[in-house]
Amino acid sequence: MKLTRQNVAQIAHLARLEIGPEELDGVVEKLGRIVEFVDQLQLADTSAVTPMAHPMDMSQRLRADTVTEADHRDLYQQNSAAVADGLYTVPRVIE
Amino acid sequence: MPPLPQRPTIAQLSQALAARQVSSRELTAAALARIGAADGVLNSFITLVPELALAAADQADARLARGEGGPLTGIPFAHKDIFCTAGIRTTCGSQMLANFVSPYDATAVERLAAAGIVTVGKTNMDEFAMGSSNETSWFGPVRNPWDPDRSPGGSSGGSAAAVAAGLVPAATGTDTGGSIRQPAALVGITGFKPTYGRVSRYGMIAFASSLDQAGVLTLTAEDAALLTGAMAGFDPRDSTSAELPVPDYASTLGDALRGRRIGVPKEFFDAGLEPGSATALREALRVYERLGATLVEISLPSLSLSVPTYYIVAPAECSSNLSRFDGVRFGHRHAGAATLEELYKKSRGEGFGAEVKRRILTGTYVLSAGYYDAYYLKAQKARRLIADDFRRCFADVDVIAGPTAPTPAFRLGEKVDDPVQMYLNDIYTIPVNLAGLPGISLPCGFSGGLPVGLQLIGPHFGEATLFNFAHVFQQETAWHTQLPPALTAGAAVGAPLGASDNGIAPKGAPTDAPTP
Repeated sequence: MKLTRQNVAQIAHLARLEIGPEELDGVVEKLGRIVEFVDQLQLADTSAVTPMAHPMDMSQRLRADTVTEADHRDLYQQNSAAVADGLYTVPRVIE
Repeated sequence: MPPLPQRPTIAQLSQALAARQVSSRELTAAALARIGAADGVLNSFITLVPELALAAADQADARLARGEGGPLTGIPFAHKDIFCTAGIRTTCGSQMLANFVSPYDATAVERLAAAGIVTVGKTNMDEFAMGSSNETSWFGPVRNPWDPDRSPGGSSGGSAAAVAAGLVPAATGTDTGGSIRQPAALVGITGFKPTYGRVSRYGMIAFASSLDQAGVLTLTAEDAALLTGAMAGFDPRDSTSAELPVPDYASTLGDALRGRRIGVPKEFFDAGLEPGSATALREALRVYERLGATLVEISLPSLSLSVPTYYIVAPAECSSNLSRFDGVRFGHRHAGAATLEELYKKSRGEGFGAEVKRRILTGTYVLSAGYYDAYYLKAQKARRLIADDFRRCFADVDVIAGPTAPTPAFRLGEKVDDPVQMYLNDIYTIPVNLAGLPGISLPCGFSGGLPVGLQLIGPHFGEATLFNFAHVFQQETAWHTQLPPALTAGAAVGAPLGASDNGIAPKGAPTDAPTP
């Protein structure tokens, strides 16, 4: 499938990623080349193959559901550009 | 004790420290001076921490004086700027994290610090480790010490250039599709990527979690074995950390290779390989034959699927991992967004560079409704075909040998406008990540005056075998001791590496100033 500007704008929306109008044509062209390149995989016969999600075919290790971390909120919030009263602030969501 | 060579290894520095021939403070101050003199040109560091480094060196000297030091105590070192370091900013080569200071250390950082290693700074890298030339870094490209007009490779390009230029004897790297091995090959040093799960990923900023693995860039296989021994081992904080004991890699380094079997995939020597590199590689294989090993022709029939498979799997995982950068809790935040959605979109649009955006978009596309089966699921199936090829081969051989990269170092700017050409640079390294195998790149000769890398690939958890094969080769050859032009012009340890020796003027920019 050939990617259009509309396709790329929709993918960018799904990724919550702003692509400026001046960037868009370049992104459409390069993304198109990447998709065309990976499309060659369609020629491979994988009909009898089990998908491999993980290189060691391992499953997620479980641990006891216990608290292992202390509260580091103040330390963590030093990396945020906008906090107030120990909370992260964002533009108003609920009118 | 003989005087230290111009570009000493960790093993040599360790002996000199133990003999009190030199102090860690002297080594650390000399490393900082060399970086100050050379890095205006190389741009291999993003952040330097001279005060922290000298304080750590003093602690190491005190520890050595008490007789409590180990082989890594007091050794100047650098971490790729993808590893979180408490109190030192961690940028991942991105504007997104230009001011991020991690509240904790990565496990690899913590373990090396406990062994007494002295961190002098954080090295430059492709943004979020996405790139094969170090040109996607927001902090500007790194230059190759062999030719400053050429790329040192990537994404661990800063670590590679810094070690090759003798600024530090070793550095960490990460390898998702070749990001340790390819730059090591392009600058003529040793680069080691362990088995997936061997070294903890905790505190390593995630790119593609089923592929990412931490490793090292060093001057010798012996040093790589020493560092890996200190970094490796189970970590409960990494959900995919391997619960296996770490062997004593040093004890098998010198084992004889007589009767051992080396698989040589015929697909690795096809038309895509630059002829001068092919000649150097064939000569390297003859060295192994002289050492008593047997070469066996093997086949990896699914090799051609590797790059397209990788460029579905890795972007898919990247689009998920990088969704955490939303402008709220950490990282770049757009000022003045009116809505939450605008905050997300503009913070991400401004904070990420062009290649990272392409990978997020590719990943979002291949995971989106209607395309998941055709792309992501298909790639997961192809991934198994590739892994099965290796599994079949390792039933018959001890290691697999071939090129690390299809060509020696290419010119900066040469591939930057064609993402697919850039991606194909990793054709020989990517399948190793897809299969989760360990791999090492060793200097094995030159083509057109530029270093060529020999890649050895091992079975899962075959680290000791790879170190053994690599070390014995380095005992037999001198390719790994060849110095880039800037060093042969006369700089020595303790004396600054003159940037003007390269024939180009230093940029003069301080290494901690962003130069987008």
